[in-house]
Amino acid sequence: MSTTPLSPKPRARIGVYVCHCGSNIAGVVDVKEVARWAGRELADEGVVIARDYQFMCSNLGQELIEADIKEQGLTRVVVAACSPHLHEATFRNACQRAGLNPYLCEMVSIREQVSWVHTDREQATAKAKALIAGGVERVAWHEPLEPVIVPINPTTLVVGGGIAGIQAALEIADSGYPVILVEREPSIGGHMAQFDKTFPTLDCAACILTPKMVAVGSHPLITLLTYSEVERVDGYVGSFQVTIRKKARYVNTETCTGCGLCIEKCPVRVVDEVFEAGLGYRKAIYRPFPQAVPKYPVIDTEHCTYFQRGKCKACQIFCPTQPKSIQFEQQDERIQVEVGNIILATGYDLFDCRRIPQYGYGRLANVYTSLEFERLCNAAGPTGGEVVLRDGVTKPKTVGIIHCVGSRDRNYNNYCSVICCMQSLKFAHLVKERTGAEVYNFYIDMRTPFKDYDEFYQKVLAEGVHFVRGRVAEVTDAARHPGEEGKIIIQVEDTLIGRQRRIPVDMVILSAALEPRRDAQEVAHKFGIACSTNGWFIEKHPKLDPVATMTEGIFIAGCAQGPKDIPATVAQGAAAAARVIGRIHQTRLALEPIRASVIAERCSGCRICNNLCPFHAISFREDLGVTEINPALCQGCGTCVAACPAGAITGTQFSNEQVFAQIEGLLMLDFSGKPVRRLEPLAAAAEPAFP
Amino acid sequence: MKYGYYPGCSLERNAIAYHESAMAVAPLLGIEFTELEDWNCCGATEYISLHALPAYALVGRNLALAAQQQLNRMVAPCSACFINLAKTDKYMADDPRLARLVNEALAAGGLHYKPGSVRVRHLFQVIVEDVGFEAVAARVVKPLYNLRVAPYYGCLIVRPTLQPPFDDPEYPTSLDRLLRVLGAKVVDFPVKTHCCGGHMTQISEATALELIRRLLKNAVDYQADMIVTLCPMCQLNLDGYQEEVNKHFGTDYRLPVLYFTQLMGLAFGLPPGVLGFGREFVDPTPALAKIGAEPPAPDKKERPSKEALPMPAMPRQDGGEP
Amino acid sequence: MAVSHAARAAPTDFLAEVLAATPGGDPRLDRCIQCGTCGGSCPSAADMDHTPRQLFALIFAGMRDEVLRSNTFWYCVSCYFCTVRCPQEVHITDIMYALKRLAIREGLYRESGAAEAPAFAETYIDYVENYGRSFELGLATRHHLRHHPLGAIKKVAFGMELWRKGRIDLTPKRIKNMAQLSAILNKAKELEAADGRGGGA
Repeated sequence: MSTTPLSPKPRARIGVYVCHCGSNIAGVVDVKEVARWAGRELADEGVVIARDYQFMCSNLGQELIEADIKEQGLTRVVVAACSPHLHEATFRNACQRAGLNPYLCEMVSIREQVSWVHTDREQATAKAKALIAGGVERVAWHEPLEPVIVPINPTTLVVGGGIAGIQAALEIADSGYPVILVEREPSIGGHMAQFDKTFPTLDCAACILTPKMVAVGSHPLITLLTYSEVERVDGYVGSFQVTIRKKARYVNTETCTGCGLCIEKCPVRVVDEVFEAGLGYRKAIYRPFPQAVPKYPVIDTEHCTYFQRGKCKACQIFCPTQPKSIQFEQQDERIQVEVGNIILATGYDLFDCRRIPQYGYGRLANVYTSLEFERLCNAAGPTGGEVVLRDGVTKPKTVGIIHCVGSRDRNYNNYCSVICCMQSLKFAHLVKERTGAEVYNFYIDMRTPFKDYDEFYQKVLAEGVHFVRGRVAEVTDAARHPGEEGKIIIQVEDTLIGRQRRIPVDMVILSAALEPRRDAQEVAHKFGIACSTNGWFIEKHPKLDPVATMTEGIFIAGCAQGPKDIPATVAQGAAAAARVIGRIHQTRLALEPIRASVIAERCSGCRICNNLCPFHAISFREDLGVTEINPALCQGCGTCVAACPAGAITGTQFSNEQVFAQIEGLLMLDFSGKPVRRLEPLAAAAEPAFP
Repeated sequence: MKYGYYPGCSLERNAIAYHESAMAVAPLLGIEFTELEDWNCCGATEYISLHALPAYALVGRNLALAAQQQLNRMVAPCSACFINLAKTDKYMADDPRLARLVNEALAAGGLHYKPGSVRVRHLFQVIVEDVGFEAVAARVVKPLYNLRVAPYYGCLIVRPTLQPPFDDPEYPTSLDRLLRVLGAKVVDFPVKTHCCGGHMTQISEATALELIRRLLKNAVDYQADMIVTLCPMCQLNLDGYQEEVNKHFGTDYRLPVLYFTQLMGLAFGLPPGVLGFGREFVDPTPALAKIGAEPPAPDKKERPSKEALPMPAMPRQDGGEP
Repeated sequence: MAVSHAARAAPTDFLAEVLAATPGGDPRLDRCIQCGTCGGSCPSAADMDHTPRQLFALIFAGMRDEVLRSNTFWYCVSCYFCTVRCPQEVHITDIMYALKRLAIREGLYRESGAAEAPAFAETYIDYVENYGRSFELGLATRHHLRHHPLGAIKKVAFGMELWRKGRIDLTPKRIKNMAQLSAILNKAKELEAADGRGGGA
């Protein structure tokens, strides 16, 4: 590939504005020198004015640019300041107010890319100059652009029917817009439906959740698709086309009354690994829990005698409806829906505690996970809310609760799972309340921020729960001393006394980490968003844009974005809904006109780019033998531009001319700031490409 | 399969039973050993306690000799030797400064070692990875029916994890599996990777005796007929100091401690004479007499009561009983 | 004298010294969160005057002499439980070896009440440096005659039993190229002394 611009350099009158950002930039970069240098050394490149200013983003700073555009007749603007993520819109608007097309403004990051990452003043100053030279060279090639206006389909897809998805769906539907809620399991409710009590108020999870579930089920604007999964997403913000696979329930929901006779008569009992967290049984035809929404059961074909051996049909035989509601011949269905925005609220998976064998889960019967314990003390759970050992009968006299299992541990998950401290306090309280047992909590640090949380800790302290500060080393049945025989021994350093202790207990509860869904990567790819190194969906900005993503029209809420408790989850569900409602209200949306396009005469039809596009914007025209890019789908990521061996794809704002010109500019100076390369002066350029 | 063989000081004498039994079973598994010419001691845990660089140089000489003698696949039957050899190689690779200094020292003896050029594994690891359970099973002619064994891994074969681990550092199962392949009944020994006391027998005997007692007690609690080990230090401590433990704690343990290679030999039908038997402190004859000709009746599964809650299970490699 | 040294050392100096003395890549000691997994896992913690975690806190506080006088690392059995369980992946066992070497260099091990461990190591090393191999009989008898003349009788009985079972040699074996090994070890000691990193190689 050539390293020089492909066509003559356009003529321009360029203004350069160097921001101090208080001392953020000026503390490291000699901004005055940078501005002086740009005015002097880049004059041949078209710079007619170069200024420094304390806060370019202030009204006064913007007015400075606007005045120069009008008075000096600037045709291009370069602002050397912070990252374009923060203030690109600010300066584009300033240009627009002064009558300059906003896309003729280029930002150079001399804060994130210079002053915040360097300490040597001289070298930082030289680097700022080089970056500005690159910006100046590049901006000459910018073209005036108009934003792409797209209409917004008012229907929203919510993926995941846990409390985050439920909240988001209700907020939107209650505002008068239609929602399609897709849930993988046979019922909505998510993890919250499995819980008994919620901290710190100890209200019953079902009591506060089921009204919302019922509201979702009966809302005229919510289309509920349970036992369904999103297969494919096409399109872009405003008009996504989504393919959903509705798995066969083998139950006709038109005729089924939800009477439950089929469940009662089913002869097959299987361990319920999902809703009962492996602690209870269900039938092969089942409804996860009594308050399930919708009420219709599903058949688990893997365990159903009829599906496995072709005999039985007890469910159908006993079904009292006419016609029978059990339909063994039902098939999976694929449905296509059109939506304008998507909210992903896909939740979390629980850490598999068997990965820490020294905690004994899977080996020692009376070691429970947090989710198992939730089911154990749930009045609708396998023991009717009795806190008992695995034999189903014996009440424990001593219980140990271990925090941070699989969290805050670089061997597993290098993050805090947020909820475990409060959850463990809740467990301690419930064990005390139900059994009167001695309870020990083992913690590294007690984390009880947020409203009424620390008060709850104090309440549990007052109930006589023992607290041992130390991460548990092992949980074992290997007795050393007579008092340990037949017990589970928790071995730990009590760090507050600096001694190793062995505490014999009857039951252990492991507060297991929250982990990203096992298929989170796959889901992220499907919706064109990204996961962090820990596997959670990445938000657009961790503080200021926590529910948006880098992909327009895709929002996230709840634990899919990171571990959080119910109040925070509900807040995010509502926040994502608010963002979507705002979008729908606009009815149309202006998109960045940054798009790739194919220069048809250069395209050889090799199709290398065809499968690379993360947004499915590229298709091959068999009739013409060339590739085409759908400008509405293209997000301007540049993958295809870089991949094209013929240089046949060009991106607006990222054309080869622009990129090579920027590189030329960057290479103008060496590390000490000495000029090493002469740029092609503007005077040598041919006729201007445009005024 | 050809390997370089680093016996280490223990296998020369104290753990000669291990050496003899390893040599007896190796040909049956298609293993051929070439002993490293003029090897020196690995330094155990002692050298590194006083000097770091000389300790690495001491091991470095063995690695350099192995590379020179083109024994690029080395086997060490002793867990301590294995860890010292593997660790020196790994640390030289990870820490270029250490590699440079070790090589500067080796140069004084006309030697050089390029980290990564010799791969050292424990004998047990080689049998698991290269020979495989099926090949072992194919050699079994006298299964160890009725024998209840406690599989004892000790620390150093599974910890620290220097290379991609071949088994779990806390709850390994490969020795369990090997012993099941030999026909034995394997108990789910909870302290299978706990410490045998190491050199504490020499330095603070009371400390060591307590660690040994814990192991013996749990093996007996689990009704094991014997403990099976992979390391000379573990064998010496558990076997040789058992009498001392009994005196110290007023106990009466009589638990034989054998090398896994000795049990392999027996199951392969080799005569005990070539397997180093007779050198134990605790006589294994009564335990070995329990070996029956017929497979035992499978354990009666207790029917869980109506109230009992289902329980998760550990993922297992061979689907057998724990 | 010891106290004045401790008072002078800036807290981070001693941490840096320990880190430098630990070979094999970044030992990550500075990431310790004081969770106690090490002290909880240690099989010989009962005999230690400080748990490993406490020892690390003392290092962070710059309490150099108190650390090097501790018996903690002399009771370390190198089982690596702490190392593989540490949630911050601190190379704890390697740090214990580094502390042993620093304690020997400073002579402070004599105050630890665990002087036998370094003495045993010295005897062991003596055989390795003279023969290239360890020699169990000589090691045990020499060590015990020096440190437990009474207990040595018991050890002799144990040694006799080992000999009867053919598990012990009566004379040490020497490797062939002892000159080469000596040259290597002498050079390594010379480099280590010149290095001044407390044996960090």
